Amino acid sequence: MSTRIGHIAANTFREAVRDRVLYNLIAFALLLSGAAILVGQISIDIERLVVINLGLTAVSLFGIVIAIFIGIGLVSKEIEKRTLYTVLSRPVRRWEFIVGKFFGLAGTLFVNTFLMAIGVFGALLYVSRHFQRADAWVLVALYFIILEFVIITALALLFSSFSSPLLSAVFAFALFVIGSFSEDLRGFAAIAHGVTHWLATGAAYLVPNFSALNVISSVAHQQPISGHLILYNTAYALIYATMALCGAVVIFEHRDLK
Amino acid sequence: MPAIEILGLEKTYTVGFWRKRPKQALKSLHLTVEEGEIFGFLGPNGAGKTTTLKLLMGLVFPSAGSARILGMTIDDPRMKAQIGFLPEQPYFYDYLTARELLDYYGQLSGVDASIRSRRVDAVLHRVGLPDVGDVQLRKFSKGMLQRVGIAQAILHDPKLVFFDEPMSGLDPMGRREVRDLMEQLKHEGKTVFFSTHILSDAEALCDRVAIIHQGELRGVGAVADLTSSVHGQVELVWQGTAVPASMRGLGAECHVTGDTVRAVLPEDKQDAAIEILRRERLRLISVTPVRASLEDYFVQKLQPAVSVGARS
Repeated sequence: MSTRIGHIAANTFREAVRDRVLYNLIAFALLLSGAAILVGQISIDIERLVVINLGLTAVSLFGIVIAIFIGIGLVSKEIEKRTLYTVLSRPVRRWEFIVGKFFGLAGTLFVNTFLMAIGVFGALLYVSRHFQRADAWVLVALYFIILEFVIITALALLFSSFSSPLLSAVFAFALFVIGSFSEDLRGFAAIAHGVTHWLATGAAYLVPNFSALNVISSVAHQQPISGHLILYNTAYALIYATMALCGAVVIFEHRDLK
Repeated sequence: MPAIEILGLEKTYTVGFWRKRPKQALKSLHLTVEEGEIFGFLGPNGAGKTTTLKLLMGLVFPSAGSARILGMTIDDPRMKAQIGFLPEQPYFYDYLTARELLDYYGQLSGVDASIRSRRVDAVLHRVGLPDVGDVQLRKFSKGMLQRVGIAQAILHDPKLVFFDEPMSGLDPMGRREVRDLMEQLKHEGKTVFFSTHILSDAEALCDRVAIIHQGELRGVGAVADLTSSVHGQVELVWQGTAVPASMRGLGAECHVTGDTVRAVLPEDKQDAAIEILRRERLRLISVTPVRASLEDYFVQKLQPAVSVGARS
């Protein structure tokens, strides 16, 4: 069972690599090296802040774009091209296919993030000539970004299991934007009354809480991240992604592949 | 134990965007395929052949009925390890080479790593693609993809192979090779179930066939039985150009070709016709039963539905 998931994940990773998804690293490298050189020339004492802010935001955005645009086609493209027929006519259960696809894309994003992280630390070393103790928090920010990818990948897969790629992209991107402002949504829910309060509260808890996962600004200002937040975000991301993945499995298990 | 046992399998799809309505793609299909036979599933385009195969592969779910393959239910992974499937007009991961694709499918089918590489080479050779194993599939022609499709269906040495339109996209040479391959599979003791609308392929290969039209089973049986049951006529050929008048009285249709006469008449008039030829001192060359082609049977089975459709 687990070996089949591993084979599907490995093939999904191979597809991403062969489709030149990792070429985004070139754009990232150019952006970051250009920014580091530029920042070194025009800013005084805030080089680190700019590089961390810019670097981590780029890591997040590049990854989100990959997660959405690959994730939305993970199932629907296989149905449309009928490549799924020769997979599901083998001893592969439908849930194994979904889970394998999830791990394949999550693995791709992990490798992508790892390589980008090397770039961020390289740029950091270039502008400040040495690492500081507070730079360790950049690793935590990167970890949260990976958790963000895990949630988005699961959501894209959920939409891909029942919708067209275009609609899936719209849904996933909309959830990402709303989720990025989920703290504001919760704030609004707290001051709202009556039906609006209940609707806003429901929406606030339904959309993924990407606000809590975004610690880029804090890290850039060398503020420590609490262990409690790390624990909370880890549990939240795992539970949210698992639920989205379960939804994808339930839908896909009952879907006719016409 | 039958290789395939279909018990009242039905499929109804919902069609239409605003005004949804049911469309019955398959009507209560009952069918049994024995182990070791080549079974042809015939029907015109849109008859329900692919729907049946998709139901058996678990790609779509039945509205009613059930099926057992090799004694197991259609969602049983143990059963799926023992079958191979070639979908109609197959499309594969085109970023992979043929060897990588087959290796991947071998992994999913549980083929042991120690023998997988040898098995991949063997099937590539068997389907006539020994030299292009390391070429990406996006560079393959339609016929080559069809061969890869056949290779992946037999890679894991299945007991039962399903082919959906296996000759599609192949040139005459390729079709011949696929026919030979199916016969080899039969000799190896495997069961082959294939759908086609090319009747000559079915006639040349199949032990038994089933004919499906508009989602309904119209006939099933051995090719020889189906074709001989159609006419019940005999053909007499004798030397010369003379046609005795009494021969026409038996209801014979006579045609003179060169220095021979060919007469087709009802089977029960055969002895009387031979007696006439003896009396007229005409030299009889041959007496053979007239066998209708599978095409005749096929057309006959489809006709009632056409007339019903025309009335409605």
